[in-house]
Amino acid sequence: MDTMSEPAGTSSGQPSEMAAKGRILVVDDDAALAEMLTIVLRQEGFESRMVTRGDLALDEFRAYRPDVVLLDLMLPGKDGIDVCKEIRAESGVPIVMLTAKGDTVDVVVGLESGADDYVVKPFKPKELVARIRARVRRFDSPTQENLVIGDLSIDVAGHSVTRAGEQIGLTPLEFDLLVCLARKPWQVFTREVLLEQVWGYRHAADTRLVNVHVQRLRSKVEHDPENPEIVVTVRGVGYKAGTA
Amino acid sequence: MLHVRNPGSHWLPEPVRRGLTFWRRSIQARVVASTLLLSAAVISVVGWFLLQQTRDGLLDHRVDAVVAQSNDETEAARKLLSTAPGTDSDVVSQQQALAATIIQRGETRGFSAVLFGPADSGGRIDDGGATFTPRLDTSSVPESLEEHFDDSSETAWTYTTIRTTSADGVPSEEPGIAVGSQVQLPADSQTYTLYYLFPLSEQDETLDLVSRALLTAGALLLVLVAGITWLVTRQVVTPIRMARRVAERLAAGQLQERLKVSGEDDLARLATSFNQMASNLQRQIRQLEELSRVQRRFVSDVSHELRTPLTTVRMAADVLHDARKDFDPTTARAAELLQMELDRFETLLVDLLEISRFDAGAAVLELDDVNLVDVAHRIVDATRPLAEQRHVTVVVSAPDHPCLAEADVRRVERIVRNLVTNAIDHAATDRLEAGIVVHVGGDENAAAIAVRDYGVGLAPGEASMVFNRFWRADPARARTSGGTGLGLSISLEDTHLHGGWLQAWGRPGEGAQFRLTLPRRAGGVLRHSPLPLVPADVTEPVG
Repeated sequence: MDTMSEPAGTSSGQPSEMAAKGRILVVDDDAALAEMLTIVLRQEGFESRMVTRGDLALDEFRAYRPDVVLLDLMLPGKDGIDVCKEIRAESGVPIVMLTAKGDTVDVVVGLESGADDYVVKPFKPKELVARIRARVRRFDSPTQENLVIGDLSIDVAGHSVTRAGEQIGLTPLEFDLLVCLARKPWQVFTREVLLEQVWGYRHAADTRLVNVHVQRLRSKVEHDPENPEIVVTVRGVGYKAGTA
Repeated sequence: MLHVRNPGSHWLPEPVRRGLTFWRRSIQARVVASTLLLSAAVISVVGWFLLQQTRDGLLDHRVDAVVAQSNDETEAARKLLSTAPGTDSDVVSQQQALAATIIQRGETRGFSAVLFGPADSGGRIDDGGATFTPRLDTSSVPESLEEHFDDSSETAWTYTTIRTTSADGVPSEEPGIAVGSQVQLPADSQTYTLYYLFPLSEQDETLDLVSRALLTAGALLLVLVAGITWLVTRQVVTPIRMARRVAERLAAGQLQERLKVSGEDDLARLATSFNQMASNLQRQIRQLEELSRVQRRFVSDVSHELRTPLTTVRMAADVLHDARKDFDPTTARAAELLQMELDRFETLLVDLLEISRFDAGAAVLELDDVNLVDVAHRIVDATRPLAEQRHVTVVVSAPDHPCLAEADVRRVERIVRNLVTNAIDHAATDRLEAGIVVHVGGDENAAAIAVRDYGVGLAPGEASMVFNRFWRADPARARTSGGTGLGLSISLEDTHLHGGWLQAWGRPGEGAQFRLTLPRRAGGVLRHSPLPLVPADVTEPVG
């Protein structure tokens, strides 16, 4: 990880002279859009590489080791959903879907296949950059901190969750969600508050993001995801850490 | 207070009403009842006829037998008299002997007898002097029979009522036949009349038996007829009821439902035709569904195809816009225009996609209890920058209580935002009182928002056209706010989705009012709006 020596918002300088804030893999079949994305991202200080075919995405991902993946859903060669699942199977890297469909089903399917967030085309470049920043933001080095939630122990600095000494693999976003709940086990978090604290949205966005990610987190950390004890639903309000 | 009673049968007691409903609904009950009624009439007529025939036959037979027996008795009496010694002139004793003989025979053979005479005296039995069976009331002999012998000596008979008194003095009556015939007493050569009274009790009993049997048979027959009719109508009605049930299920959307076809009779053919109809319907509906699916797919694809290049153009425009201070003034202005028009293009695309989603029937509601007062305040706050830019004031006039409706808050906000921005667009800025009032009202059945402006108003006939797609009040007028022309159409579709009303009122020079009314409960039927469509501050033109 490169150091973040440059303050944000000074993108008008020469990009080539700037140290990259992060590496981004753009997977989109539309060459013009992909190139445009590269231009905008370079202006904002990100380094990026583009892939236009779904079946090439995974190889490129392995070779490039990006910090964030921007993934279109409709791809030649291989469906974006499948690409998302494959990347997720071997890495917790943040994935932001680029979708032309705002319909509930498409969004939920994309999120369930492992994406952390989504933006609907046509998006404003600033909005996309804000989302990417929110995903990269976690790399701020945290202080030494150990938390306990249920029978899980969390090492925040070491970025690991263990149950009885056994490691549980979580994506960074799932980890952030769990840490957010575990830090204040007495508090019930509304979906809007979680969106702000975990995803970094300042104004209300799609609360389905929270629902889907809570389901995914539960499937990994709960003994019985049907009867959750770690992440408990508070009907009509939101979620809180289980007391068990 | 005057109560107007409904024409229905609401005042009937519950069981009667239920019975009437059953009667109205069940063909089976009606068929069985009418069959029963007709059969009862036929059986009564036939039974009555049979009973008459039996009675007549019985009586005829009895009369024949009785008359023959009387003749025998009279003959026997005559023989007895003729063998009596002719010199015996004791009239009384001869008379007594004759009477005693006949009375005694009568007691053994079951008839009563009366001897009266002499006939030429013209007297009647009631005058006394008759000899008769003990305990017989002589009034049993009808006067008509007595009168018969005034001018005839032929044997005659008639029906009568035999009255007797039992040994312990209790009078009794029974139907009977009275036969009269005359004999000559040798002692005084005078004619005496003999009356024989035969009871009909045996025939009476037989008739009773027959009528009881007929009644029982009739009743059993009726029950049988009712049962058979019930069964037969059931055979016809059951398939019809099944067809009804299947039709109801088809109507409810279970298109795979079919009738069971058995045999080749009329009902089976009905079932076959019904199934054919259902299959055709199903195919048509499937086709339409397929078409709608293809259309939705097309819209979705088009949206994807349009959105991707638009995103690229948008990003390119942003880059140019951000760098415009490095350009010469003309190019910088071009970059600004590009940016602005892209905004409009994007809004238009979003609106078009929304409309096509309505057209495809793909729009769904996410229902929640929405307080329209809150919505009004939120929208007025959100549109304040636009209003201030136009020097228009927007105020909310709402009651203290919340005005609730079960609705999709996103769509309701979109409707109200459209109405308010539309009003801001059309508020006359050259007039001093350029203000917009958002009225909110609600009751237990509905909630409403009315947006009143004091702008140019609407010409007659325009109130219904404002919701048409891309319709503009004045084509020559400059578009100021950059509306897409689809806003009110989308609002109307949104309103219809809620089962609500969206109406417009306007008059040239007096401004316009748009009123949204939503039912309190989703799926509820609207009957009135809590707010008037014509604003209260407008006076109706007289005449």
